[in-house]
Amino acid sequence: MKRFFAPLTDPIVRRVVVASLTLGGAVGVFALSFGVASVSAGASVWQTCALSFFVFTGASQFSAMSVVGAGGSLVAAFGGAALLAARNFVYGLALSSSAKSMAGSLPRRIFAAHFVIDETTALALAQESPRLRKIAFWTTGIGLFTFWNLGTLIGALAGNAIDPQKFGLDIAFPAAFIVMLLPHLRTKLGRQAAALGGALCLISISFLPIGIPILIAACAVLVGLRND
Amino acid sequence: MPYWLVYEMISPEPQHLWLMIVALAATAYLFKMFGLIVLGSQQLPKVFDRCLGLIPAALLAALVAKDTFSIGQTLLIDARVAGFTVAVIAAWRRAPLIVVVVLAAGATALVRAL
Repeated sequence: MKRFFAPLTDPIVRRVVVASLTLGGAVGVFALSFGVASVSAGASVWQTCALSFFVFTGASQFSAMSVVGAGGSLVAAFGGAALLAARNFVYGLALSSSAKSMAGSLPRRIFAAHFVIDETTALALAQESPRLRKIAFWTTGIGLFTFWNLGTLIGALAGNAIDPQKFGLDIAFPAAFIVMLLPHLRTKLGRQAAALGGALCLISISFLPIGIPILIAACAVLVGLRND
Repeated sequence: MPYWLVYEMISPEPQHLWLMIVALAATAYLFKMFGLIVLGSQQLPKVFDRCLGLIPAALLAALVAKDTFSIGQTLLIDARVAGFTVAVIAAWRRAPLIVVVVLAAGATALVRAL
């Protein structure tokens, strides 16, 4: 145990660990709102917890339950969520050159893959040395996983106990989506994709089955074909 | 495909949500694993990279639009617009998520109660 905590005497390592755990705590609050929103959309507490444990990629979980809550089919709910999960593939590629030094043997890398998400990628790639990258990846990954699942459970139990409509909690989904969307509006292409995606969804909502307009909105990424 | 499976996918019962959860968990994991382990350090074409990076912008905006301005297949404006407006302002001012959600829910509940 002493050997395990020994690196923490190094101020640089300590800074990385503190950053990772702070982020984990903040994400735990996000998970609270997922828990509440997911049970109010019709999932059981167990199903909500299983989503956080096994899917473990926030935007996809929110998207799937938002479509299910609106009365969409499972295929539509799955489709939108899977598209949102596709970016983890890009993160995996970005991390792959340091995968061996971060995770070592193949079984460990297979385990590590579950933790390849926005936050772990951002924090790991921000580090200079392979050693710090490894520390950042694992503290962020395991810390965030713990907070994410704990937050989900508490939120789901709370959401089960109250009437979501009465407290205006049906707005929890769009509010969380707005917070997640903002960083993507920094670039011009991001703003164009968002505007087009929102418009495509609103135009098609009244004549396509529930949830399909979300898939149609994915066509908006084609604005990326044009320029840099 | 067996007919009951098709039926379940089109009109899900709550307990059959498990089908989607399992499929989504497998898909999400495969995406992560493919990048990290299988494809390794291969370079993707720039255009492909850029389009994949735009998925969250397009889909999150669509989800916001759907959750604020529709119920089922009906477009409508109701109390949620108040919550939406408050959420945009709060998020823009960089309020933490929990504050954004609480303010938005409060505004929605208030307008609904009026």
